[in-house]
Amino acid sequence: MNTNFSYDVHAGDIEQGGSASAALKSELRKIGICEEQARRAGIIVFEGEMNLLVYATNGGTVNATVTSEAITITIEDAGPGIADIDLAMTPGYSTAPDWALNLGFGAGMGLVNMQRNSNFFEIHSHTGKGTLIRCRVNRRKNDAAD
Amino acid sequence: MLLTDVVTALGLQVLTSGVDLDHEVRSGIVCDLLSVVLAKAQQNDLWITIQRHQNIVAVAKVTSVAGVILADGIIPEQAVIDRASKEEIPLLAAKESSFVVSGKLFALLSSGEE
Repeated sequence: MNTNFSYDVHAGDIEQGGSASAALKSELRKIGICEEQARRAGIIVFEGEMNLLVYATNGGTVNATVTSEAITITIEDAGPGIADIDLAMTPGYSTAPDWALNLGFGAGMGLVNMQRNSNFFEIHSHTGKGTLIRCRVNRRKNDAAD
Repeated sequence: MLLTDVVTALGLQVLTSGVDLDHEVRSGIVCDLLSVVLAKAQQNDLWITIQRHQNIVAVAKVTSVAGVILADGIIPEQAVIDRASKEEIPLLAAKESSFVVSGKLFALLSSGEE
């Protein structure tokens, strides 16, 4: 049986930053997901919700589906989109505004952290339309991140 | 070494209430960039930072660090402390700088290995 979790993330709402990842990690532990897999899912969602909060014009949504095989996380927004995905995926590259840098964001590791904690990672983005990121964390034992 | 022993040895102020301090401290991480903490922190590390906003609680939660030490005498807003208490993340305050706190923690944890 699939279990679904969904969270709305509002643009600029820094006070709520991290609430989706913290909530999801608690829920995953409650339904018996091991610490390591819950941790990887939590990191993916933290980075994803921070991207929505800092960059997405109108925020976005985080969805997680848990099956016996995997935890699949989808992060979606409606813009502004990423012009150069390869550049955005480069460790250390960031376009974070000053207010976010002052809070310790903008290390240029967000998308990289998401990918490193995923067994499968895909990102689709169109400027003016939005960004869709899908990450999968496999539930098999000893199935470390790729 | 248990967190409660680290708190005593380093003279840390416990900001959160009702949060269990009887769990193991493995090692430490000193960092103010949240994504780097997410990438590097291991379960049961003690995280030393000067960040004081709400998001440190979520970072601590997803990484399962043993607790967060706020250096330089930084005390966060009560809302941050309340959120940490709710999420059962020990928030600790040190008067010294991150450099001094990490030096003391390193020496303490190293002495425990002998």
